[in-house]
Amino acid sequence: MPNPADRKYSKEHEWVLMESDGSARIGITDFAQTELGDVVYVQLPKVGDSVTQFSQIGEVESVKAVSELFCPIGGEVTEVNDAVVKKPELVNTEPYAEGWLIKVKVSNASELDTLLDAEAYGKLTGEG
Amino acid sequence: MVQKQQLPITSEDYQRRLLMDRSVPGRTGVSLPALDVPEQPLPGTGMLRDDLELPEVSEGEVVRYFTNISQLNFSIDTNFYPLGSCTMKYNPRVNEATASLPGLAQLHPRQSPEQAQGALELLHGLQEYLKEVTGMQGCGLVPLAGAHGELSGILMMRAYHMANGGSHRRKMLIPDTAHGTNPASAAMGGFDVVAIPSDADGNMDMEALRREATDDLAGVMFTQPTTLGLFDTHVVEMCRIIHEAGGLVYGDGANMNAILGRVKLADLGFDVVHLNLHKTFSTPHGGGGPGAGPVCVNERLLPFLPEPVISVEKSSDGNRYVFSRPTQSIGRLGGFFGSFGVLVRAYTYITLLGGQGMLDISGNAVLNANYLKEQLRGYFDLPYDRICMHEVVFSAKLHSGVKALDVAKRLLDFGFHAPTMYFPLVVDEALMIEPTETESKETMDAFAEALRRIDDEAANDPDFLHAAPHSTPVSRLDEAKAARQPYLRWRPD
Amino acid sequence: MLQAIGVGSVDDLFQDIPAEFRNPELNMPAPLSEMEVLQELQRLSERNLYPGRYTSFLGAGVYRHFTPSVVSALVSRGEYLTSYTPYQAEASQGTLQSTFEFQTMSSQIMGMEVANAGMYDGATSLAEAALMACRVTQRGRVAIVDTVAPNYAEVVRTYAEPQGIEVYTVSSSVRELEPDTACLLVQSPNFFGHLEDVGGLTDVAHNHGALMCTSADPVAMSMFKSPGAYGVDIATAEGQALGVPPSFGGPYVGIFTCKQEFFRQMPGRIAGRTTDTQGRTGYVLTLQTREQHIRRERATSNICTSTALIGLMATIYVACMGKQGLRRVAELCYHKAHYAAGQIAEIPGYSLPMEDTFFQEFVVRCPRPPAEINAALQDRGIIGGLDISDLTPNGMLVCVTEVNSRREIDSLVSALKEIG
Repeated sequence: MPNPADRKYSKEHEWVLMESDGSARIGITDFAQTELGDVVYVQLPKVGDSVTQFSQIGEVESVKAVSELFCPIGGEVTEVNDAVVKKPELVNTEPYAEGWLIKVKVSNASELDTLLDAEAYGKLTGEG
Repeated sequence: MVQKQQLPITSEDYQRRLLMDRSVPGRTGVSLPALDVPEQPLPGTGMLRDDLELPEVSEGEVVRYFTNISQLNFSIDTNFYPLGSCTMKYNPRVNEATASLPGLAQLHPRQSPEQAQGALELLHGLQEYLKEVTGMQGCGLVPLAGAHGELSGILMMRAYHMANGGSHRRKMLIPDTAHGTNPASAAMGGFDVVAIPSDADGNMDMEALRREATDDLAGVMFTQPTTLGLFDTHVVEMCRIIHEAGGLVYGDGANMNAILGRVKLADLGFDVVHLNLHKTFSTPHGGGGPGAGPVCVNERLLPFLPEPVISVEKSSDGNRYVFSRPTQSIGRLGGFFGSFGVLVRAYTYITLLGGQGMLDISGNAVLNANYLKEQLRGYFDLPYDRICMHEVVFSAKLHSGVKALDVAKRLLDFGFHAPTMYFPLVVDEALMIEPTETESKETMDAFAEALRRIDDEAANDPDFLHAAPHSTPVSRLDEAKAARQPYLRWRPD
Repeated sequence: MLQAIGVGSVDDLFQDIPAEFRNPELNMPAPLSEMEVLQELQRLSERNLYPGRYTSFLGAGVYRHFTPSVVSALVSRGEYLTSYTPYQAEASQGTLQSTFEFQTMSSQIMGMEVANAGMYDGATSLAEAALMACRVTQRGRVAIVDTVAPNYAEVVRTYAEPQGIEVYTVSSSVRELEPDTACLLVQSPNFFGHLEDVGGLTDVAHNHGALMCTSADPVAMSMFKSPGAYGVDIATAEGQALGVPPSFGGPYVGIFTCKQEFFRQMPGRIAGRTTDTQGRTGYVLTLQTREQHIRRERATSNICTSTALIGLMATIYVACMGKQGLRRVAELCYHKAHYAAGQIAEIPGYSLPMEDTFFQEFVVRCPRPPAEINAALQDRGIIGGLDISDLTPNGMLVCVTEVNSRREIDSLVSALKEIG
């Protein structure tokens, strides 16, 4: 699955998509979900929690592995994807769409500049 | 329209039906005596219970059910079981006979030591044997499993540092090849874990070790031989570095089967070692316990042993055995004095084999592993091609995307239990094979032949391997479903 | 085989061991034949005075009950006895299915939603419950009621204190807990055999935002209200009473159950039901990401064992007993113990200092030190109750179960009369 060019990526394999209302939608990459295998459980922060860039905010578990979830951008959590909590396999099937994890009201948009674009992230994960 | 209830009619369905689904009101599998004293007043009904649902089945049904499902298991009694790092050797039945002697099995732990002198004599004898095998000065039999032995060792290291002005010593070094229990035990003891990589020969990376041997060092947890099935040749130097930095050396005795009688870990510089009686000393694994994980210590850690230990008071009218509490004991780790029934079995085994037997165990265990290694050379990668100890680790990099998992599952079809797979973590597609000393050349030849055939199948029919096993009671199970929708007990539905 | 390996002798295989430490002197006896081993172990066995040869009224956490013969017959099958932890599920369905039965039975007896595959014993189960409560609540203190068995309380301290968790003692009439308390630990029936006000204490814990953790005797739970009925959060028990021989303190099995909402914080193995590639029902070890081999230093515990064979023993025992049988055992214990207590209370100089409801065990206040009385009882072929004079003046903890006949009880009573 190609990494969409409309968003930024972290070295820890999370993506950030800026929405029109200025909030950021966050998920894990296709590479990350492939490495993990069948995702069985996601543990996410609560709405209202404030998170700083690159701090640990949760965990994604597969059958035989646990991956820490780092927030690629700081701010306040405004929404948690209940669908993915109920159906963790969405992370596997649609990592860039229905498998998103949380939305954050960004406190400092310049943090985006520290992230990778799709091409740089592709190189990091050995594509191309 | 009346919908007929669908009855389970195939024999597999019937055999595997759970107890609650077999329950018929009023049935029981036991006859109990009549009350022989006058009935006494019961407490108020507010305290009593009337909601307990349990199966109601006959004795015959219980026997048939548990006999049928037992036959779905592989076991040492029925199959070669070369599960690396688990030492699945034959479990002599005399162990079971002695553990069920009424003076041992019926003995109550609250009886006074005077009433239990036979049991204490046995425990004391086992302490002495284990001290001799490890070269240590003291032994505590209390730990109830290997990981419990690790925890007691870790707590002793902690207590030692606290008593010697080293409360800042919080760093525990653990090689990247270690069992997961090592870091988990260290964390339970309040330590911070630092992983040490392995070098190209499979030994601990000494440069990394030296870098981490700083003032806050508590010690190292080290498995010798390592989980790569290799004797780490840097071990003496490693102990020296750790000791010079003020740390202690913990030995995980999981792989003791390789070196019984060949070397004493105390001589190499270890301060504390736990032994897995269910591995090295032939007590049955029981499908996941019970085990026993006694800890042996040198003089420095003697005062910290978990309580109680058994000591002997010699007098003119014979030995008297007593429980005692080491002066700075880390305390109690379990309800009583350890897995006594398991300790009886291990004592029986050691008595049966004697000193010569210890050498025969390690000699044959290592011989068998090296023989298997040669039989499989060329079929699987050997990431560390050295003389191995009691087990050999291959990397199953095969044709056509066949993985270690596929090889393991396909072996089940040949009637062999799978090796340990995907461990140690430093080997890609690891298959860790431990034949143990109780297997014959013929069994190992057959096992090697099965693996060679699987190698052939990987080239010609990889899909067949991906779908293995084909002949077990169930095929591959959906672990993701089990974890996504946890179904952890019977429910009426 | 040496030829195939390319070495001259077995000794050559050990060349990686530094020469100066290789082949040390080993001071161990010569091998014995199986016959001699049996004789030696029989000698040790017969050096003990044991219940069966002697009448016994010892309990205090370990209880003698009648065990149907099928229990030992089934657990000694090699397929159960000599298999490993069920890592290869396809080759371990017997162990996994019986573990699932154990979880079902554990949760039913405790009246709780979920159970794990088993812990080492009752004491370590309670200690792990305390650690789990600290994880769930993110708090750092543990309150333990002073009627919890002293050996259990010690194990809780051994486990908790190295992790920086403070353990403090409260009485069973506690109404307020200290700040930052993660849980209240209660045993019922308690060490002295009496039932605690579990409901009231659960309210105390919950009012404080703490979890309620209990330890119980599973046989008593077939008669008395379960922890689940009182809203307990984590309910543990010593499984020994369910068909497991006393065996001088182990091996036993710890029962560990909790509310559904906390199951991801449970320590230990858990079997779960699923399906295979052909849609057939089967069982696997599940939720393994909690465990040490995946999460390493961040695991919920370092425990690997589930003492599966002892869990199997308990499961088969309960299957034989069934709903009615287990209740019947509890009632036999209750009536016999109360009969014995009544008879002993009538002996001049003997009294029952505690008035609360008890199950099968009670405290007797003796006219002189229990040690003296026990010595005199031993001369009469009786192993008396546990001397607890360190906890209560001239206290003896007497246990009566269904294995004690009326004749045994009456002979204890007349012996105590004689001894005075």
